[in-house]
Amino acid sequence: MPKAQALTTPTISTRLLATAAGVTGIMLLLAYLVAFDQGALSQSGTYLHELMHDGRHLLGVPCH
Amino acid sequence: MPLTPSYPQLLLRGLLAGLVAGLLAGTFAHLAGEPHINAAIAIEEAGAPAGDAIVSRDVQSGPGLFLATGLYGVALGGILATAYTVLRRRLHTGSDTTAALSLAAAALTGIVLVPYLKYPPNPPAVGDPATIDQRTAAYLAAVALGLVAVWAAALAARTQTHPWARATAAAAAFLVVVTIAYTLLPTFHEVPDDFPATLLWDFRISSLGTQTILWTALGLGFAGLLARLTHRTETPATVP
Ligand SMILES: [Zn+2]
Repeated sequence: MPKAQALTTPTISTRLLATAAGVTGIMLLLAYLVAFDQGALSQSGTYLHELMHDGRHLLGVPCH
Repeated sequence: MPLTPSYPQLLLRGLLAGLVAGLLAGTFAHLAGEPHINAAIAIEEAGAPAGDAIVSRDVQSGPGLFLATGLYGVALGGILATAYTVLRRRLHTGSDTTAALSLAAAALTGIVLVPYLKYPPNPPAVGDPATIDQRTAAYLAAVALGLVAVWAAALAARTQTHPWARATAAAAAFLVVVTIAYTLLPTFHEVPDDFPATLLWDFRISSLGTQTILWTALGLGFAGLLARLTHRTETPATVP
């Protein structure tokens, strides 16, 4: 097969899956911070919520 | 000899591509979306003047917007790179570019298009604050069901061998899941009767553009960085 250029991915070990799950959790928290948080996660009152208000609307997330 | 980048190498490229994609989407959102948000806020304030804002409009529409799209891009880039790492071997393609772009296209379909058509986004001044929790839950359910629909399409394609049959099976499975999802998900009527239709339309198109640019740039950026990784790693050693 003409795939000399292809990379392979790391072998899927339990350790890799655990790391991947942890990273996914952090990424989802970050997305939550932008899209839904009203201060509970950021501990900034509603400052971050208000700051990122327009992004929420334009990223298609229900806002208010 | 196949090259095996580590998960951190892949993740770093996803995060970087996500940041760039988020800032590009933010640029489009600033130029194409902000005029509509400002127009909607003007309508909102004409009805009920708001008190002192915590964050000024200039900051919301500039740095705040770029912060939001940039961070969102980073998060989605990390998720794309992780999905790529875990799913690459199951994608049955010799091309890393095809694999990365397929995952980005699947995400654009499942995370953006399926929820968008059921719950098109609304500008400020549209939406009943009393139902925000229900609408948020319904939106997240639509995202989840969108991903299920894409997954069902991929599984259905595998049951067939001929390309035509594969495409037809994928389309059928996708439509079945989306139809069931749209039927089960609640419907909200939240646009005030007197809200300008053209403003609503223009805002929604600018939101769709923002999200499409984000995922397109993320897919292309991640695939490009993967190709560079291959190239760089392969150059020193002679490939047979
Ligand atoms: Zn809002």
